[in-house]
Amino acid sequence: MSADAVQEKIKELEERLAKVEGNRSNMTMVLFSGDFDKAMAAFIIANGALAMGKEVTIFVTFWGLDVLKKPTMTGAGKNVLEKMVTMMRPKGPSKLPTSKMNFAGIGPKLFHYMMGKKNVTSLQNLVDTAVEFGVRIVACQMSMDVMGIRKEDLMDGIEFGGVAAFLGSAFDSNTTLFI
Amino acid sequence: MATTKLDLKGMSCPMPIMKMAAAVKKGTSGDVFEAVCDDAGFEPDVLAWCKETGNKLDNLTKSGKDITVVITKK
Repeated sequence: MSADAVQEKIKELEERLAKVEGNRSNMTMVLFSGDFDKAMAAFIIANGALAMGKEVTIFVTFWGLDVLKKPTMTGAGKNVLEKMVTMMRPKGPSKLPTSKMNFAGIGPKLFHYMMGKKNVTSLQNLVDTAVEFGVRIVACQMSMDVMGIRKEDLMDGIEFGGVAAFLGSAFDSNTTLFI
Repeated sequence: MATTKLDLKGMSCPMPIMKMAAAVKKGTSGDVFEAVCDDAGFEPDVLAWCKETGNKLDNLTKSGKDITVVITKK
């Protein structure tokens, strides 16, 4: 290999390395679950990653949308099935069931109490902090359409998008999680 | 150089590391931060956080449940 060719190769490798290192800062999650405990895990990891200087995107789809709902969300102006789904699903971080030991809604109260005793910050606080400090939350538009969830039914400060929004962010990340 | 003291006692994961990161972010390079926390997970968290962010861990001492760290901002 000639000296020029070696220089050329070094330049090419440096450019590729810069690209790889540049991507190191990103983390992308899918929050599919609307369970309190799983949402806790997602938002603790998101806030932790933020503290470690990463850019974080959470793509929120299907049951995960329950986490983003405003407690004031209503079924007004929606069709019968949409009204039913609106009525039957919890609205917001404080209303979510636990994935284990839910005991018809007693479980979450128990865990809120136990977490409070140990000074674990609330899910609502973790969500608010994440948004305040720049975690990008993208709500799945298709799931919203299916379940009759309108933009104004969800918390402020979030974006709306589809699978490409998730993938675009995931391809630029070195950590991806499905929760 | 300014030394900032942080009381992170009574907090649980992920708050101590979040509060510390927020405080360090506000400072300038060379600033020293002294944080005390009584969460048992704080030590491994600080080690991982320093390694990842490049901020320097100058000292780590333990007294009872309290873990005190001294960090210099990168």
